[in-house]
Amino acid sequence: MRWLKLLPLVAALILAACGTDKVKGPTFFADSNPQQLSEWHMLKLNGNTLSLSDRVMPYDLNTPLFSDYAHKLRTVWIPPGKSAKYKPHDTFDLPVGSVITKTFYYQLPSGADRQSGQVLRNSDNTEALLKQGGIKLRSVHLVETRILVHRKEGWVALPYVWNDDQSDAVLKRTGDIKQLQLVREDHSAQPFDYVVPNANQCAGCHATNAETRAIRPIGIKARHLNKDFTYTGGTMNQLAAWTRQSMLSGVPSDTAQVPRNALWGDVSFSIDQRARSYLDINCSHCHNLHGAADTSGLLLEPDSPTGPSLGLCKLPIAAGTGTGGRRFDIVPGYPSQSIFSYRIGSTKPSEMMPEMGRATVHDEGLKLIDDWIAQLRGQCG
Amino acid sequence: MTNWQIPVIFVAALTLTGCSEGKTDSNIAADPGFEEKLQEQLLDAKKGDVITIPPGKFSFTRSISLAIDGVTIRGAGMDKTILSFAGQVAGAEGMLVTANDFTIENLAIEDSKGDALKVTQGNNIVIRGVRTEWTGGPKTDNGAYGIYPVRTTNVLMEDNVAIGASDAGIYVGQSKNVILRRNRAEFNVAGIEIENTVDADVYDNFATNNTGGILVFNMPNLPMEGKNTRVFRNKVFKNNTANFGHKGTPVASVPAGTGITINSNDNVQIFDNDISDNDTANVIVSSVYSTNYSEKDWSKGYDPYPEGIYIYGNRFSGGGGSPDGLALKALKASIFGLTGHFPDVLWDGFYNPKLLVNGQLPVKDRICIENGGAGIINVDGPGKYRRPSQDMVPHRCSLPKLPAVVLQTAKG
Repeated sequence: MRWLKLLPLVAALILAACGTDKVKGPTFFADSNPQQLSEWHMLKLNGNTLSLSDRVMPYDLNTPLFSDYAHKLRTVWIPPGKSAKYKPHDTFDLPVGSVITKTFYYQLPSGADRQSGQVLRNSDNTEALLKQGGIKLRSVHLVETRILVHRKEGWVALPYVWNDDQSDAVLKRTGDIKQLQLVREDHSAQPFDYVVPNANQCAGCHATNAETRAIRPIGIKARHLNKDFTYTGGTMNQLAAWTRQSMLSGVPSDTAQVPRNALWGDVSFSIDQRARSYLDINCSHCHNLHGAADTSGLLLEPDSPTGPSLGLCKLPIAAGTGTGGRRFDIVPGYPSQSIFSYRIGSTKPSEMMPEMGRATVHDEGLKLIDDWIAQLRGQCG
Repeated sequence: MTNWQIPVIFVAALTLTGCSEGKTDSNIAADPGFEEKLQEQLLDAKKGDVITIPPGKFSFTRSISLAIDGVTIRGAGMDKTILSFAGQVAGAEGMLVTANDFTIENLAIEDSKGDALKVTQGNNIVIRGVRTEWTGGPKTDNGAYGIYPVRTTNVLMEDNVAIGASDAGIYVGQSKNVILRRNRAEFNVAGIEIENTVDADVYDNFATNNTGGILVFNMPNLPMEGKNTRVFRNKVFKNNTANFGHKGTPVASVPAGTGITINSNDNVQIFDNDISDNDTANVIVSSVYSTNYSEKDWSKGYDPYPEGIYIYGNRFSGGGGSPDGLALKALKASIFGLTGHFPDVLWDGFYNPKLLVNGQLPVKDRICIENGGAGIINVDGPGKYRRPSQDMVPHRCSLPKLPAVVLQTAKG
C-alpha cells in the first residue's frame, strides 16, 4: 500500500496552521443560516491571502464538473471524533455536522482591474496555490462559495456571493448573475453571464434522487476522490490522507478495489474511460435511474450499460430545440450528427446540457465527447 | 362551425384572446426586484402557504423554482398577472416545480427560453387558469412545452390556454390519473398531448390551429408505458398549421392537418367530439413505425402497436382533403382524386401479427369504429402504401367503455 509512505507529512501539513493566534475553527450551524460566509470559519482571510482553517481538508476530483472555466477550491470538514464511512459507489456517509465548501473563482488577467469583470480563462491551479500557502486575493476574482452542510434533517445547500472588496461573502439564497468576460491568453475577451444558482437550483443537481429529493454531495465518492493531491507536506492519495486523518473509515486495504474515474485530460486513460468520466460528473447527477432526467431514458452513470440508454442511436423524447435538427443522441462515428455534441456545444438555455451551471462552452470537453463519438462503431436505423 | 352545440367555451376563449394582447402594457409593474422577491418567497414557503402575485407584468432573467410541498401560487388572472421571460438569460424553463400538493392558477408565463411551466415528480397537482404563450406566434425557436407535468400523479389541468409551443402546448407525460378539461390550445405543434400516461380523461377542450390537435402517444425507451385514455366532448378543428417542430423530436413527424392522433397507445376511446376540417385526417391511428423510429432504437418489451382503440359517436365534418407529405398526398389523389378526401379515420396499418387468431385480430386489440358513416382507410404502411384498404368490416365492433378517472386528492 504505497499510499502510506507519506502519511506523517499529512499530519504535519494539516496541523501546521495551529499556531499562536487564536483563530476560531469551523462552526456547525445546526438550524440557522449565517448571513456571512466568515461565520462558518471554514476559510480564513489573512491580510491578502485566502487559506483554510485548521483541520479543514482541501480536495480535488479526478474529472470535475465544468463551470465556465471557474477554478474551484474545495474543502471538507468533519467534526472532531467522527468520520465518514466509505462506500464503493455512492456518496460517502458523512456524519451530521460535516461542512463542505466549494469556492468558485478566477485568476485576473495581468494588469486587469477586478471591477472590470475580466477574468482569465486558464486551467485550474488551486492545488499549487494552496501548496504555496493560499490564494493571493489581489490576483483573483472570488465569485461565490457554496456550502453544503449536513444537518440532522439532511444536507442543506447555501450559496454565498463574494462582495466587491473580497472581504467576505454574503448569503444569497435567490442566487445572482455576474457579468464577466473570459479573457484568453491571446487577450480576446468573451462576455458571459456567470449564474450563481439559487437554493432550489442547488437541489437541481444535488438531489440526485428526484423521488426523495434529498440533497447529497456529488463529488464525495470513491471514484472522484481516488487520486493524488499535493498537500503542503507532500503528495498522497486523497482517500489515504483522509483515512490517516481519521476522517474516513472503511477504505479497502486492497486499493485496486477502489473505483477510480479517469482524469479527463490525461491521455494515458482510454478515450472511453475519459469520456465516460466526463459524462459521469457533468451529467449523471440527473441522468441516472432515479434522477431528475430519468424521464428522458438517458442514463450516464459510469456503470450504465452501452446501448440506447447511453444515447447510442437513441431518439430524443423532450429535447425541443435541443435536437439541433439531429435525429439521434449519438450517431456512432458522427459527432456532427449527434445531439450530444449539439447540446454540449450550445449555450442557449432551452437547448444546452447540462441545463445549468454554465453559460459558455467547454471547448476541451466538447472535443473529448466529439472524439469519443467519432471512434464509436455502429449504425443507427 | 355553425352547427356546434356548445358555443359557450368558444366565446369565452375568444374573449380571453382578445384581452391577451395590448392590455397588459398599461399596467406593467416596473419592479426589477420582483424576480428576487418571488424566488425568495418560493424558497421560504411553508406547507399550506398561498403565494399571491398581483396584477402586472413582471420580468425574469432566470428560471424560478419551487420545491416545497403544499404550496399554491395564485395570480390575478391569466391576462392580468404576467410573468415574462423575454429577457431570460439562464434556466431551461420559466418555472420549475418539484413538489407535491401543488396548485398554480390565474397567471400567464410568456416567452420562456425553454419550457414554460414544468412540474415534475409530484402527486396532487392542479394547474388552473394558466396561460403559457410565446407571443411572437408559432416559431421553431419557441420553447418546447407550454404546460408540462411529467412523472406526476393525480393531476388536474383545467381552463388553461397554451399558444405557440414548438412541441406540445398542454402536455402530460409519464403520469397516472389525469384530468385535462376546458383547456384551449392554439398554434402549437401538438395542441394537447398525453404521452406514456395511464388513466387520463381529456374532455371539453378546444384545439385548433395546431399542427396536430390532440395526441395520445406512447414513446419507446421511457420508464413507463401509457394506456387507458378517454378523449371526449372536445372541439378539434382546423389543425392545419405547418409543422414547426424541431427535426428529431417525435412531434416533428406529425403531419400538419391532424385532428386526433393515437400513436402506439392502447385502450384509447374517442367519442362525442366535434372534429372537423383537419386537412390530413380528422383521426390518425398509427404506430411508432411511422415516426422515424426503427426497431433497433427501442428497448425490449416496448409495444409499438395501437390496440383496443374505440371511436364512436363523434361529429365529423370536412377534413382529409389536403394531406401533408408527398406519400399521403399521392395516395389521396390516386384513390379519391384531386378534390376528394380521406375518410375520417386514417390508420397506418401496423398491427401485431402474433395476436392474430384465424387471421384476425381479437376484438379487444382492434380499432373499433361505431360512428355513423365515418370510414377508415388503412394506408398499408407495412406494404409501403401499395395496398390501401377501406374495408370497414374488421372495424365494426365495440369495446367495453373505460371508467371515468377519479382523482385521489392527497390529504395534507
